[in-house]
Amino acid sequence: MFPEAFHISIRGPINDFVQSLVVNYGFVFKAISQTLLQAILFVEWILRGLPWWAVFIIFLALAWFASKKIALVVTVAVMLFAVGALGLWDLTMQTLALMLIASLISVAIGVPMGIWLAKSELMRRITLPVLDVMQTMPSFVYLIPAIMLFGLGKVPAVLATIIYAVPPLIRLTDLGIRQVDSEVVEAATAFGGSPPQILFGVELPLATPTIMAGLNQTIMMALSMVVVASMIGARGLGEQVLNGIQTLDVGKGLEAGLGIVILAIVLDRITQGFGQMSRKERGND
Amino acid sequence: MTEIKIRNVSKIFGGNWKSALAMTQQGADKGEILAKTGCSVGLDNVSLDIAGGRIFVIMGLSGSGKSTLVRHINRLIEPTSGEILVDGSNVLDLKPKDLRDFRNRRVSMVFQNFGLMPHRTVLQNVVYGQRVRGLTKDDAKPIGMKWIETVGLAGYENKLPHQLSGGMKQRVGLARALAADTDVILMDEAFSALDPLIRADMQDQLLQLEKNLHKTIVFITHDLDEALRIGAQIAILKDGKLVQVGTPSEILNSPANDYVARFVQRRAGAGESQHA
Repeated sequence: MFPEAFHISIRGPINDFVQSLVVNYGFVFKAISQTLLQAILFVEWILRGLPWWAVFIIFLALAWFASKKIALVVTVAVMLFAVGALGLWDLTMQTLALMLIASLISVAIGVPMGIWLAKSELMRRITLPVLDVMQTMPSFVYLIPAIMLFGLGKVPAVLATIIYAVPPLIRLTDLGIRQVDSEVVEAATAFGGSPPQILFGVELPLATPTIMAGLNQTIMMALSMVVVASMIGARGLGEQVLNGIQTLDVGKGLEAGLGIVILAIVLDRITQGFGQMSRKERGND
Repeated sequence: MTEIKIRNVSKIFGGNWKSALAMTQQGADKGEILAKTGCSVGLDNVSLDIAGGRIFVIMGLSGSGKSTLVRHINRLIEPTSGEILVDGSNVLDLKPKDLRDFRNRRVSMVFQNFGLMPHRTVLQNVVYGQRVRGLTKDDAKPIGMKWIETVGLAGYENKLPHQLSGGMKQRVGLARALAADTDVILMDEAFSALDPLIRADMQDQLLQLEKNLHKTIVFITHDLDEALRIGAQIAILKDGKLVQVGTPSEILNSPANDYVARFVQRRAGAGESQHA
């Protein structure tokens, strides 16, 4: 046994801290929660409200613009059709809404953070271990306080998804910017470019393929959180999987699982296509 | 025509620069300082007068500090000590915004590996300086087209850099520097990556520009032939120290020390073998 004398517990203080947050700042979290919920509901309302063929057209158009390959457009059409035929259309739209919001917030956090990391060595040293923790800490550990602060439902599900999914975007934005040819940045500096002009005119455009790879990773990781998210009350495909497990309905679980896989493949191919497009535009230099 | 005066500039790379700087003042050499302080000496008390309207060549082998020196003129590198006067005013006194303005309007630069923006077309690269200055696309275009034609790239304005050969890329780099319409152009081994024929062409073009435009051109090279061909004045650096400054004939006829003499001899040898 490890000697009792060295025993330290951080349990009490942490519990007290979260408790006091809930008691004293509950209204702040409630306001955040309400705003986020409205946004999620709005996106969900649009996606579920659109006729199925409109969603088809949007996805097929995206697939075409991303790849300019007819094969991908056909594949996406077949896959979306399968989702509908399996009777998962509405659930898939719910899950997609959650994904879109989580990815959007991840971009809003991840890209600026990545830029900051690329510019500040100190920030990198502080943040990289934090990102490691975010990726390895079991998600249930932060789901509990998320529920305490934001209540059950879609909001803590989105937040937990972001915590798990944002690290690759931050890492790859940082990497993408640091990989930009230093002579090009030096040239822009030598011609009097200001830091924002260099960031938006040179560094970000040249880092775009790497940032797109990060976004792709983020979306894939977000999708892998779908079932966990449904445990705290997010509806959609994840809930169906959970249902299947609870009622020993293997077929139902597999159907919903296939829906998640299809969504993953479609989103993966489209974001990869956009990444390759931006790579080609600058001729692999 | 803009004159540049470099006054007692030293540059030490490394954290322990104070003791390293003190050692350079006592005349310690580069290796000794590196061993004792862990700092490397980029430049050691260099002073130069660069006359306006001519091509001034800075020569030396790699590691001699010539690229470091030229980057002090537009402060891409900050000196550890010393001052840099452009038309009498000290560049080191400029605040960030004034420094950007100075780089944009007074000094432009051509890079060894071109430093072109791969995601922008030839025209967009050439007008970069003008666009930073705040000109609209439409206003900048005629300026860009004029210089693209001058360097012989008409018809390529909408190509991306990766679609061009090395010589063409460097013409874009030169057009970009010229389009910025500055009095001073810094050229850091601008022709070193080019093959000999294209290189001679570019040298001719540069001499033509010197004659027509009266710009102050600071040209870095490790090649003595190139230096003798285009330089009105030549400065030779070794290990961060200035070894000799003079006209090409002064360098050829009265080398200041063995180091310069060896440079010159090798050239004489090369000349003979051509006639053999």
